Amino acid sequence: MSDLPLIQADRAVPPPAATTSTGGRRRRLRLLSRTDRVVITLMVLVPLLLVTGFVWLPAVATVLLSGTDWDGIGPLNEIDFVGVRNYSDVVNIYPPFVPAVQHNLLWLAALFVVATPFGMFLAVLLDKEIRGSRFYQTALYLPVVLSLALIGFVWQLLYSRDQGLINAVFGSNVDWYGDSSVNIWAVMVASGWRHVGYIMLLYLAGLKGVDPSLREAAAVDGASESRAFFRVVFPVLRPINIIVLVVTVIESLRAFDLVWVVNKGRNGLELISALVTQNVVGEASRIGFGSALATIMLVVSLVFITIYLATVMRENRE
Amino acid sequence: MSTATVTRRTEGEPDAQQRRRMLTPLRMLLHGFLIVVALVWLFPIAWAVLTSLRSYDYTAANGYVSFGGWTLDNYVTAWRTAEFGQHFLNSVYITVPAVLLTLFLASCVAFVIARFSWKLNIVLLGVFTAANLLPQQALLIPLFRLFTEVPLPEFMSDSELLYDSYWGLILINVAFQCGFCVFVLSNYMKALPRDLYEAAMVDGASIWRQYWQVTMPLCRPALAALATLEVTWIYNEFFWATVLMRTGDKFPVTSSLNNLRGEFFTDNNLVSAGSVLVAIPTLVIFFMLQRHFVRGLTLGASKG
Repeated sequence: MSDLPLIQADRAVPPPAATTSTGGRRRRLRLLSRTDRVVITLMVLVPLLLVTGFVWLPAVATVLLSGTDWDGIGPLNEIDFVGVRNYSDVVNIYPPFVPAVQHNLLWLAALFVVATPFGMFLAVLLDKEIRGSRFYQTALYLPVVLSLALIGFVWQLLYSRDQGLINAVFGSNVDWYGDSSVNIWAVMVASGWRHVGYIMLLYLAGLKGVDPSLREAAAVDGASESRAFFRVVFPVLRPINIIVLVVTVIESLRAFDLVWVVNKGRNGLELISALVTQNVVGEASRIGFGSALATIMLVVSLVFITIYLATVMRENRE
Repeated sequence: MSTATVTRRTEGEPDAQQRRRMLTPLRMLLHGFLIVVALVWLFPIAWAVLTSLRSYDYTAANGYVSFGGWTLDNYVTAWRTAEFGQHFLNSVYITVPAVLLTLFLASCVAFVIARFSWKLNIVLLGVFTAANLLPQQALLIPLFRLFTEVPLPEFMSDSELLYDSYWGLILINVAFQCGFCVFVLSNYMKALPRDLYEAAMVDGASIWRQYWQVTMPLCRPALAALATLEVTWIYNEFFWATVLMRTGDKFPVTSSLNNLRGEFFTDNNLVSAGSVLVAIPTLVIFFMLQRHFVRGLTLGASKG
């Protein structure tokens, strides 16, 4: 707790103005001068306009455009609505789509089944007061500081066919980034390398917040350490678990930088995010079609964002 | 640690120092495991540094698993051919204003959310927080169009558009990152004692003074943590710069690497020197402000 005092900052204070009646609130509002009200409005309005204009309106526009055949060139009034044709095209006549979905799911599975439990395991180990804990922690979350694009380059030094370390050591001749049957695994290893440190950090913070008396009680009752963890500590970490789940889903959905620096998401590295980008900035600007792909991403992510918000808002209110 | 040690802690409560020194076989195993994991984790970075310090001719002749050929030439060459000076400057032009603006705007919203208990607060908080979690690619198509439509005067952008200008990148980074900061700062501000505001009101302090002179100074720890985190995030940002920039000279350093790979293509020693150069600013920030960095990362996610 001591070095992470902010995590539970909120707890100490009773819910503000919970007892204030509507009358009281109105009175407080009246206490505000005109300037104050203008200032408050501006303080909210300016950032709100920015976020609405650059994030939410484009998101809505993406959904709308996904129902059109717009090529991105003609005037807006010449747009024809084509219903769900873009979606059926995406699924039926766009070869990279199915592999992309598979890769995204694979990515999610790798992060969720391998990287996340490993990160949690390391956090549990490091949560014990052991010597050198700081060194271990630093080594593990160092990759989190690097950009994913940079990580792509760093791992190339291991993966490259002619100059890479792996082939030099094992005498193999695999083009880890280029061979379409292995490259998705290669980039997932690099991605997991970063993810483990991040997850470890989240759980470490969560574990520090767990009431020590819980564990001691479990120990007194004779529960083994793993039993105590799964039966006592893990359930207490529920909010963190949900957050980690959401972060992992969103990270694997948003995965982009790594495959883009390797080969722009082609030849074995198709991801939905890369397909959207190819359809817009690439040679063919198929706006409606790309928007349908983007809408799929949007819908999936909104489901998990809602779960996330519900979790954190509930935590806040408590 | 065995159950015995745990029980012992509950009985006699030996101090942490003493417990750390007890090297049971289990504990040695634990250390052994952690050392191996830590070294595996550090290895790719260490290998990049090592490769960057060796001459291409030597490693080409003797292979990478060899010893010798030490040189600093790769850094000199990488810096020159890749024009890193300019690209670092571009990163500064984008990152510094974007971080300052993000913190300022986010703290304004957070202040209003924390200071007043209105019904719309929760909606407002949701609008900002969720925006930060949307996949960037899902917004790309309309944004791309928008950026190519919005004109800027020539003195602001030589493309005369929001597209391919520093302004565009600053704005989109701010819009995207605001959510996380609003979320963290509003939680932090809610924990400040309300008496402060009552007192400030009695003294006749305006809302602006309550924000700027009462709240903000108290938020320094949170602001420092967020600033550290946002600097690394915006500096590392790759996607927006890749799709919303066109002129190679204006790319920030993180996304410029991709364009530069062509020049380095067959020379991994140069690639690694370039990678190390790009990583240095974030590594320096990380080692100098490690506490802030870690705190920032856990601030938002593990609120609870």
